[in-house]
Amino acid sequence: MSSIIHGAGAATTTLSTFNSIDSKILVAPSRTNLSVRSQRYIVAGSDASKKKFGSGLRVRHSQKLIPNAVATKEADTSVSTGHELLLFEALQEGLEEEMDRDPHVCVMGEDVGHYGGSYKVTKGLADKFGDLRVLDTPICENAFTGMGIGAAMTGLRPVIEGMNMGFLLLAFNQISNNCGMLHYTSGGQFTIPVVIRGPGGVGRQLGAEHSQRLESYFQSIPGIQMVACSTPYNAKGLMKAAIRSENPVILFEHVLLYNLKEKIPDEDYICNLEEAEMVRPGEHITILTYSRMRYHVMQAAKTLVNKGYDPEVIDIRSLKPFDLHTIGNSVKKTHRVLIVEECMRTGGIGASLTAAINENFHDYLDAPVMCLSSQDVPTPYAGTLEEWTVVQPAQIVTAVEQLCQ
Amino acid sequence: MALSRLSSRSNTFLKPAITALPSSIRRHVSTDSSPITIETAVPFTSHLCESPSRSVETSSEEILAFFRDMARMRRMEIAADSLYKAKLIRGFCHLYDGQEALAVGMEAAITKKDAIITSYRDHCTFIGRGGKLVDAFSELMGRKTGCSHGKGGSMHFYKKDASFYGGHGIVGAQIPLGCGLAFAQKYNKDEAVTFALYGDGAANQGQLFEALNISALWDLPAILVCENNHYGMGTATWRSAKSPAYFKRGDYVPGLKVDGMDALAVKQACKFAKEHALKNGPIILEMDTYRYHGHSMSDPGSTYRTRDEISGVRQVRDPIERVRKLLLSHDIATEKELKDMEKEIRKEVDDAVAQAKESPVPDASELFTNMYVKDCGVESFGADRKELKVTLP
Repeated sequence: MSSIIHGAGAATTTLSTFNSIDSKILVAPSRTNLSVRSQRYIVAGSDASKKKFGSGLRVRHSQKLIPNAVATKEADTSVSTGHELLLFEALQEGLEEEMDRDPHVCVMGEDVGHYGGSYKVTKGLADKFGDLRVLDTPICENAFTGMGIGAAMTGLRPVIEGMNMGFLLLAFNQISNNCGMLHYTSGGQFTIPVVIRGPGGVGRQLGAEHSQRLESYFQSIPGIQMVACSTPYNAKGLMKAAIRSENPVILFEHVLLYNLKEKIPDEDYICNLEEAEMVRPGEHITILTYSRMRYHVMQAAKTLVNKGYDPEVIDIRSLKPFDLHTIGNSVKKTHRVLIVEECMRTGGIGASLTAAINENFHDYLDAPVMCLSSQDVPTPYAGTLEEWTVVQPAQIVTAVEQLCQ
Repeated sequence: MALSRLSSRSNTFLKPAITALPSSIRRHVSTDSSPITIETAVPFTSHLCESPSRSVETSSEEILAFFRDMARMRRMEIAADSLYKAKLIRGFCHLYDGQEALAVGMEAAITKKDAIITSYRDHCTFIGRGGKLVDAFSELMGRKTGCSHGKGGSMHFYKKDASFYGGHGIVGAQIPLGCGLAFAQKYNKDEAVTFALYGDGAANQGQLFEALNISALWDLPAILVCENNHYGMGTATWRSAKSPAYFKRGDYVPGLKVDGMDALAVKQACKFAKEHALKNGPIILEMDTYRYHGHSMSDPGSTYRTRDEISGVRQVRDPIERVRKLLLSHDIATEKELKDMEKEIRKEVDDAVAQAKESPVPDASELFTNMYVKDCGVESFGADRKELKVTLP
């Protein structure tokens, strides 16, 4: 069993040495680390799969997480090996590795088995693991989400797929009342280690009902965690972390991001569920975003850099709870915040984040928090109208210029 | 009608027989487990399967245990009624008195490995699964020593070590959960079954049919038990269901209709269902039962049914009276012994209530415990990572 940590990127890191194998203590990063770009991988031993699992028994020996606020995924130069793949393949790899590692992990959803998944995330898994572990359900979200939660009460770890997140509205009762609350109302007797995942967000002219952003509806449910992936690297990492987590996790993928290509490490790694990702450090303004809007922001960032601005872009990744640690340190540095999200203006993730930042970091703000969100309309079918519904890079540039006056 | 004739007939036969026997030759049978066979009063009605036999194998020990357990449950529910009126129990309180035969009959047919999941009318099912009276009362009164540490309340009793999965407030939501439990049992090759209990009101929920379809498709060892007490809160079954034959509603899934006020019939049916489910997949049991109280303590229970109806059922079909008559007719105990037993149970319940009244309320720090499970040894700082430092259990 080995643990290796690579430190790379900008040179001066005050990373403390990590006693890997025998240490049970997690290294908490010192606060001075934060503005440093560095890259950390946590490598777990490969003998984990040889262990036998009793029902409900979880082996945690190989995983040491550093709950570090700052983790970038750039600077691929330090890793010579690695393989390139698309985001849906990264999700599949993560899922497959976890199913190999723990026989309690099973997948259920519509067309996940023989069909291979409507977005090919579960392709090949049914052939490898059989029909009892990769279950094709009939079209009944309420029932199969409930069944997954019931199975999780006994110790299984189902990964429930909603073919589109919007369909999970039919399972809202099960997700809110049973998934979120059972651990609390049973006084801790039952844990619900379930992962609910699926694609959501505004796609290419899919129509109003297939372009929903469910993170805004689920964010109030107590007891669940929500994460949104945006790159193949964090997709695989978050998938694995979500499966290993004892809490119910909702993993939001985006329909338009499935074909992103990136090189990811060969070693086993997971991403911290509660941590935000620093995409581009900067000085002038903090731009908070997640999922597909990250790419709109990065596109806008190119224009902004040409215009002389230095935006700091953070992919918040963890939608519930917010990583106010990373966000707060960024606000303290730049004093200006712009939130760019795909949720609706009313009651979206941006609305909650604005409130949280105003409440906690009011003294550090030089300008009001600005939030760019989608319009409060059902997503229209016509291409041009759909484009105006979501935030476009030009609007982001204008907003930054306005804030930085 | 037939039932009233039956019981009045038995009344006239039994009384002279008992008084004729001197007490010295009566056997002490609380430890006697030699088998007795008793015929159920009402036949089973089946759908797509064979009815089980009407002759139930039991023993004096078992029938006495039925009496004791049912009397305890009845006492507990009456005590809960008084506590609610004294405002020590708040919120919703759904009482099970009248339906006790279901809880004890089911327990007699299964083991603790078999799972039970039910709705909010869960106090007696919890006791049947081995829960303690003091835990139940503490939870009802919102104390720290309650079975869910005071955080669940009347509708959220759970007992993981006895495979009792609750305790659910939303009507019908426990049915998919129950099928999920059955799925896990099949996945883990447990050779156990799950009983998912729901009411006649929940029988109209779509998720029941969704879950039933999946269970039948995947051959899950799930037994769906409809506790038909004929009223979904204020709505009688004839006003809410086009087809009130709930055991037939499964269509392609076999069903059995059982007299739910007869503990022995319930036992027979559950035993039959368990064997069936392990071999052939899901089966529906419809238990014809009745609740004396209203839907909950906020419901007087008399606006949608007459008091005559309630007292009529109490006289003719009461489960405890039925078992009492059995005990007396089979000479297993005398009236005096049964009365003493009831007095003992009353004292037991009163003691539990008193003990629960003394227990402490949860501390303020308990507000944030059991939100998340502590993961990977990370100390959670709450959403803002500043003040709300809570060490998750």
